[in-house]
Amino acid sequence: MVKTKSFLQKFYVGLIFTILYAPIAVLIVCSFNASKARTIWGGFTLDWYVQLFQNEAVIDAVKTSLMLTTSAALIATLLGTFACIGMTVMSKRSQAVIGTVTNIPMLNADIVTGIAIMLLFVRFMKLGYTSMLIGHVTLGIPYVILNVNPRLRSASKTTYEAALDLGAGPVYAFIKVVLPELMPGIMAGFLMAFTISLDDFIITYFTKGAGINTISTMLYQEVRRGINPEMYAMSTLLFLAILLILFVVNRIGAKQDEMKVY
Amino acid sequence: MNTNKRKLLTGPYLVWAVGFIILPLLMILYYGLTNDSGSFTLDNLLAIADPIHAKALWESVLIALGSTLISLVIAYPLAYILSNMGGNKSGTIIMLFMLPMWINFLLRIMALQMILANTGILNAILGFFGIGPLHIMYSKTAILIGMVYEYLPFMILPIYNVMCKIDRNVIDAARDLGADTKTVFMHVIMPLSLPGVLSGIIMVFIPGISEFVIADILGGSKVLLIGNVIDQEFSLTNNWHLGSGLSIVLMIFIFISMAIMNKYDKSGEGQMIW
Repeated sequence: MVKTKSFLQKFYVGLIFTILYAPIAVLIVCSFNASKARTIWGGFTLDWYVQLFQNEAVIDAVKTSLMLTTSAALIATLLGTFACIGMTVMSKRSQAVIGTVTNIPMLNADIVTGIAIMLLFVRFMKLGYTSMLIGHVTLGIPYVILNVNPRLRSASKTTYEAALDLGAGPVYAFIKVVLPELMPGIMAGFLMAFTISLDDFIITYFTKGAGINTISTMLYQEVRRGINPEMYAMSTLLFLAILLILFVVNRIGAKQDEMKVY
Repeated sequence: MNTNKRKLLTGPYLVWAVGFIILPLLMILYYGLTNDSGSFTLDNLLAIADPIHAKALWESVLIALGSTLISLVIAYPLAYILSNMGGNKSGTIIMLFMLPMWINFLLRIMALQMILANTGILNAILGFFGIGPLHIMYSKTAILIGMVYEYLPFMILPIYNVMCKIDRNVIDAARDLGADTKTVFMHVIMPLSLPGVLSGIIMVFIPGISEFVIADILGGSKVLLIGNVIDQEFSLTNNWHLGSGLSIVLMIFIFISMAIMNKYDKSGEGQMIW
């Protein structure tokens, strides 16, 4: 009885993960498929990978995406973290007001956020890289605040005060004492802002200027014409790169934990 | 740092929030409440009563509710099982659910299309067993499958998070007091996991109701959702006033659903999304 139950549980978890990863497996298989027809296997090839690096439009889109996502996540992390630190000394009321405004981009529909920023830029400035960047930062900040705020609240005040009593300046004490405690929250916020920005299509679609493409908007144009298999190759490479980064980060994290134990 | 100086650190973000959160919303309000000549009108809001728009909104609500419900039914047992698997794996499990998000959303939906297509992989597998072929693509079912696939992690993660935080001692206490597994689940685990369920519902329902890309690709423009209507007003017909008006209606709809949710969420933890 217990055995069948635990088997059923494992089967269920396995099934959901299979469904979740099936489309990704399909993409990876397609990136090695010599046939351009999506459902026919035409033999193994690396042609798409070779062509990918010769296709300047794709390379440009990847560059734009990575640049945009990295800078948006960095700006969002800086703004969000500073905002959290400042908010700790504010009245409950101001904190509640700021919190509500912060939640708007997260809770509002992406299509509305995207259109709203587009309207602002079309009216007063021009659409382009700046408007895309602003859209992505706005999208990311709530996730940074959401991750940093709880850390800041649970950080102990006494250690900071002790550092001050021992003669550290406020900035020095902050960097040496408070910041290390916040670091996991800041990293998690950065990672989330990065993920959401990289995966975003809707905000980019509405705020992008003519002639600029990210991976998302390029794919959207190709959906009707039929996706270029180079895109499968590109996403396979990105996926592998991210797996590698996560693996390394995990390893470093595990090592540090070990060092703490001993 | 004295407190006044420290408050200044919030300054840049406040400027940002006013400039790029509040001001853009005012722009939508302005466009939505005026016509081409710039005079005040409510026509763009009332346009939601137009049968095509009203039907699109209704379809959106139904599909969003459907995908929320299906995600909940799939995610709840999964989160329960995963949370019982032991604590130190939680980082890995969360990572496993976030990882698919690193493959572009549009590519994932395209891949789903390859699986669901009439001559696709699913039908090939079913055909091997002599079933089918199923005609799933370009229907509401396809959109529903796409949305559940896309938003399932957003339902699983918050429920998983609250379930991991449930104090084991509380469960042990209930057991010691004679509760059987079913009673423990109904009277301890279920009520304590409710905040996670609520954030999950919000995280799936809101993107769901405004979805237009999945409907575009998997629905093959046969099904018109409110998101598609708004998108077309901006990208095809160039009627920004009408598009903004319908966006306001969509926003009002979302805030009403949020208000209903918050009423049930007394602990206030529904805001904690991850």
